[in-house]
Amino acid sequence: MAGYLVRRLLESALAVWGVVTIVFFVTRVLGDPAALLLPIGASAEQIEALRDNLGLNQPLFVQYLQFLGQVVQGDFGTSFQHGRPALEVVMERMPATALLAGSAMVLGILIGAVAGAIAALKRGSLAELVVMAIALLGQATPVFWLGIMLILYFGVNLGWLPTGGYGTFAHLVLPAITLAVFVSASIARLLRSSMLDILREDYIRTARAKGLMPHTVFVWHIARNALIPVTTMTAILAGELLGGSVVTETVFSWPGVGRLILQAIQAKDFPVIQAGVFVVASLFVLINFVVDLLYGVLDPRIRAER
Amino acid sequence: MRQFFSELSRSKAGLAGFILLVLFVALAVLAPWLGLEDPTRGSLRARMTAPTWDGFWPGAHPLGTDEVGRDILSRIVHGSRTTLAVAGAAVVAGGIVGTFLGILAGYAGGLTDRILMRLVDIQLAIPLMMLALLVVAALGPSIQNVIMVLALTSWIRYARIIRGQVLSLREREFVQSARAIGASGWRIMLRHILPNVMTPALVVATLELARIIVMDAALSFLGLGVQPPNPSWGRMLADGRVYISTAWWSVTFPGLAIMLTVLGVNLFGDWLRDYFDPKTRSAR
Repeated sequence: MAGYLVRRLLESALAVWGVVTIVFFVTRVLGDPAALLLPIGASAEQIEALRDNLGLNQPLFVQYLQFLGQVVQGDFGTSFQHGRPALEVVMERMPATALLAGSAMVLGILIGAVAGAIAALKRGSLAELVVMAIALLGQATPVFWLGIMLILYFGVNLGWLPTGGYGTFAHLVLPAITLAVFVSASIARLLRSSMLDILREDYIRTARAKGLMPHTVFVWHIARNALIPVTTMTAILAGELLGGSVVTETVFSWPGVGRLILQAIQAKDFPVIQAGVFVVASLFVLINFVVDLLYGVLDPRIRAER
Repeated sequence: MRQFFSELSRSKAGLAGFILLVLFVALAVLAPWLGLEDPTRGSLRARMTAPTWDGFWPGAHPLGTDEVGRDILSRIVHGSRTTLAVAGAAVVAGGIVGTFLGILAGYAGGLTDRILMRLVDIQLAIPLMMLALLVVAALGPSIQNVIMVLALTSWIRYARIIRGQVLSLREREFVQSARAIGASGWRIMLRHILPNVMTPALVVATLELARIIVMDAALSFLGLGVQPPNPSWGRMLADGRVYISTAWWSVTFPGLAIMLTVLGVNLFGDWLRDYFDPKTRSAR
């Protein structure tokens, strides 16, 4: 287990370094920060002066090393919009994003797990049909449109919930449900098919044949094994939620990192874009790391392999 | 081909998906000849007209009009052209690059394989939407850039799956014998391995099409996709959102179009995957 832990830790560190490198090359090589920063119609001399000022006339490799050095110190530069360190601006918005993504994840996994288990255990029933139809629709519905529809119905027409904003529990309800629908649809479909596979296994027949109580078979033989693919899916969904936060937070005027990044893109505030993408990607790497450890706990075969 | 359709007609979900997909492509292709209003020209007198269902004649708006009086039905149908062109091009570009690199990694093995797969891992560390935003922010939004960004988020899926296939194909007799008679690596990859990975590539492409349509709509919704005056579904949602309390139709129908299209692609893609995978097929 210790070797596995160290290996995964090194891989995670490598991934974060990769993220920093991608962020650097995309912003410095694909785009010209100096041209992006200045208003349209700036003269060639102005652009040249700014290039000098930002250190963009130095060799790319030197720039890259400088960038790495700054990132290690948590220095992404000063936000043009806010006039404060970019990382500080991003970290302030982190709790809002974590609250929304976290509650959506918990809610979505609970609903998806129950629905998926019902669909697998009650095979061929009306319940299975209904669950799978809803899950299929839930997966096909773009999150931002579902959000707009919920705002239209519960916010505008019924007036039960606020149409956007942040601060109270009522503000959290609609965005969390919107994202939870997407999460639970994926979990329900995956859990159903993995449970159906497990139900066909010989060890389930053995467990039943030796007279174990149905709920013992369910908890120790079916649920435990079915959780393994769900754990992997959770990590993938976390990436979708973090990436999708840009869209959801915009729909619900939720003051999180996603909305901040979009505003930074519109204002060409590159330090904030870089810091925001870095923080979100690092969080994603951390989640993947934790999920992999969980995976090792759930599935003894993985521990044995390494 | 006949066997394909007879199998398809036996699966209700697969058939429904196929029909939705065909309908979507047909509408996109035939859009200019359907007698719809100009999707880019508004009429100030017809601003924010609610949907009317009492007949379909020139000047009627079955799905209503938007804030400058443009016909929403026409904009949705014409928007499907943009969606189809952008998503189709991205799927093809991502598919070609991903399949090629997957074959290369699987067949060459060694250092090439390790570098390519490490690249995949590193790219996967950034949530795809964040990567797309970062690149669009650096390059600026345009049709070419959006296609490139979408393809960039897509190639890794092909590369991973194709590589796995190639690892087992590489040891098969027809590849071994081609190598024995002195065929070059390129020739083996293109003539012997490529035809055998087309099927899994096609399945990935179908499933990727659904994901890319949603992502394209999301980018347009954020104002970072295809730029006006081209009608796009995501943009229509973003524009209609401002008038949500007075014109429910302007946000309802474009989203419904996205949902039905994605549903169709997903249903057909799921069926296609099972059709080509005997293991899951026998289990049903």
